Amino acid sequence: MSPLDTPEPLVQVADLSVTFPVGQGAAVRAVDGLSFTMPPGGALGIVGESGSGKSTVAYGLLGLHRGTGAEVTGAVRVAGRDVLAAGDAELRALRGPVAAMVFQDPLSSLDPYAAIGDQIAEVYRVHRRDASRRAARARAVEVLDRVGIPDAARRARARPHEFSGGMRQRALIAMALACEPRLLVADEPTTALDVTVQAQILGLLRELRAETGMGLLLVTHDLGVAAGNVDELLVMKEGREVEHGPAREVLDAPREDYTRALLAAVPRIDVRRAAGDTATAAGEPLLEATGLRREFGRGKRAVTAVDEVSLTIRPGETVGVVGESGSGKTTLGRMLVRLLEPSGGVLRYRGRDIGGLRERELRGFRGEAQMVFQDPVSSLNPRRSIGESIADPLRTAGELTGSEIEERVRRLLHRVGLDPDAYHRYPHEFSGGQRQRVGIARALAPEPKLIVCDEPVSALDVTTQAQVVELLGDVQRESGIALVFIAHDLAVVRQVSDRVVVMRDGRIVEEGPADAVYDAPRHPYTRGLLAAAPSLAPAEAAA
Amino acid sequence: MRGYLLRRAIGAVIVLFALSLVIYALFYVAPGDPARLACGPRCNPEQIRQVREQLSLGDPVYVQYWHFLQGLAAGHDYSTGTGVLHCDAPCFGLSYQNDQQVTDLITQRLPVTASLALGAMVLWLLLGVGSGLLSALRRGGTTERVLTWLTLAGTATPVFIIGLLLLMLFCAYLGWLPFPSYVALTEDPEQWAWNLLLPWTALALIESAKYARLTRSSMLETLAEDHIRTFRAYGVAERSIVGRHALRGALPPVIALTALDLGSMFGNAVLTETLFGLPGLGQLLVHATRTVDLPVVVGVVLVTGAAVVIANIVADLLYAVADRRVALA
Repeated sequence: MSPLDTPEPLVQVADLSVTFPVGQGAAVRAVDGLSFTMPPGGALGIVGESGSGKSTVAYGLLGLHRGTGAEVTGAVRVAGRDVLAAGDAELRALRGPVAAMVFQDPLSSLDPYAAIGDQIAEVYRVHRRDASRRAARARAVEVLDRVGIPDAARRARARPHEFSGGMRQRALIAMALACEPRLLVADEPTTALDVTVQAQILGLLRELRAETGMGLLLVTHDLGVAAGNVDELLVMKEGREVEHGPAREVLDAPREDYTRALLAAVPRIDVRRAAGDTATAAGEPLLEATGLRREFGRGKRAVTAVDEVSLTIRPGETVGVVGESGSGKTTLGRMLVRLLEPSGGVLRYRGRDIGGLRERELRGFRGEAQMVFQDPVSSLNPRRSIGESIADPLRTAGELTGSEIEERVRRLLHRVGLDPDAYHRYPHEFSGGQRQRVGIARALAPEPKLIVCDEPVSALDVTTQAQVVELLGDVQRESGIALVFIAHDLAVVRQVSDRVVVMRDGRIVEEGPADAVYDAPRHPYTRGLLAAAPSLAPAEAAA
Repeated sequence: MRGYLLRRAIGAVIVLFALSLVIYALFYVAPGDPARLACGPRCNPEQIRQVREQLSLGDPVYVQYWHFLQGLAAGHDYSTGTGVLHCDAPCFGLSYQNDQQVTDLITQRLPVTASLALGAMVLWLLLGVGSGLLSALRRGGTTERVLTWLTLAGTATPVFIIGLLLLMLFCAYLGWLPFPSYVALTEDPEQWAWNLLLPWTALALIESAKYARLTRSSMLETLAEDHIRTFRAYGVAERSIVGRHALRGALPPVIALTALDLGSMFGNAVLTETLFGLPGLGQLLVHATRTVDLPVVVGVVLVTGAAVVIANIVADLLYAVADRRVALA
């Protein structure tokens, strides 16, 4: 259906520009002259890298830039209402019943202090002033039940922290549903979720669309997520439209180079790793875990996060660890570098038992085993320049002089693709991908033999992801470091790993060479994970 | 929940026990002769010796401490020469100065200090949280600047200056309020409140700046959180967002600070008490310390210590009510 056939489009955006002041008279133009329309019941995907302005467009549809100091020009009409000219009360009446929004991070997007059912009921009563408290609560239970929350009447009284990530996202969708919107704006709705939960949430969105006929505006950096769920795709770069057309055409026959590059960066789960990249792991095991266990809490409330895991890592190889959230992969990773002490089992580094060593006895090991963390924002000290942060492990080692350290840090910055003169700059001055490069440089500083990367690219968009993964591969080939690569994204893991370990509920359910695990998975759980991974082929993704 | 309270109560007893030990130890090394001070300036050495014996000050410090514990647990009998004075458990002993029971001294003065502290707390919370909220909502405006200036001026001024100014203005010059003298709440609630209004105001003016700052910053922090954006995106009015969602998130630190301040108010209100002529615990403590009156000092310190501990337990309970994620264990 082309938008021209429809007399009154659901969404009409014409020449939209959004400019944010950044202080001292300077301003950043996040959206620059964007125009598009969306028919009633249509589904449009806006894709682009972080910073491309896609979320800014989504916020603009609900008039959420009002009061933030942003300058918005052009025209935005949703269901015939002029969003930019609407009064405050008019705008509030639009938010919910006309256009409802689902946010990226379901953990922080709900009030942690209030019951989930009450939050939905509150929003419902804002728009249905005649509804009684009791009716609003009943409505909350009804929509929670509709989005698949089991035992909704009871769970409506739970608070957000008692819900899993997927259930929280369902609850947010339920909040949107309560108002029966004509347009659902979903801003990266599945980015914070694992593949299986992502597949469930996307399935739910498709069902709800078919049932209610509401339009969907899906903002995502993941083309795989957009592929099976939208009719049209709008590719954005630096606030401008790059390409806009039917999803099928854009994916199969992209007209623009930028779209092609974006597509090429998407990690493919069905593509083997290039032969030259695979390392031949030989020699004595570097790190050897036998029957490793870790419990949290005591007594009745004890939870076993990692249960009898045995794993061998040889010099120069990359071992991928995949699994859903809660499968124990992060706990395992932290034990491997002894950030956590194992509750049981044996952990040997070059034949020496390090599982029970005290901090002082671990000194030598600390320099040889490093970690790269998921969140490059919070894992760097915001009050120290990045050069200082990278230099810290070298200073602690105390072997080099000040000028030698600075020289080494500059070389490391250059190695990870940053300007050596960035030494004195602070983390907030860098983009997410650059910060992760800093994290890698910091891990490389003490010249380790092993680096454990915990979800190193899951906070980054596809293009940046591809660059960081490539950097890790280069570094490994040069230096022969052993890598443990922990991720929930199966395709990324396949790209980098020689061997793959699949974890579930703290145990290893399958282990083997990457291609064997991906091409011929033996365990049903692995098969389920692989099936849930988003694919660029719409027919397949929608199945 | 019950287990939690029990554990906290046991912890409180241990803390108070340790506190009494420390005070005894400090007294033992502190200068000053309680017997000479109790006897008066015209006593000869023989009389002082008699007083010392009478007060059992010749005993080793651990024996004295043991007697103190016995008195607490089982009461104590004192000979007065002609008869026997019985002191019921918990007995903190007799004042060295005037042989009055410490328990009586404290029960006379505790209501004064409690009235002062609790009333001031209500007022400083109203003032502090209120102006903190306003500053957060009118950020960058004239309201915020004026409020910040006023609360800072309040904090920067010593209590005896604020108190004196208030007294001069409202009692001496305008004559709107009586010069404060303590009237028991049970006796005449209206007079109680009128007489305490000025001391409450003086304390509240001093304390409220802290609360205004704390409320403002934690409010701004909460307002910047993602879940506030969610309610804005669903058309919930700003007033409901602040009242129902933001304020609740901003309160826990205020609760914690209130508990600490309220506790210390019991021991530290001496300036206010002196200025307004209120016979409270603070005055008693200062006088007892000056005369090395050990039983009174121990008694007052233990009671104020108990107030601090209880205030903190109540704060923890309120904390758990405000934030249901907090499990009391």
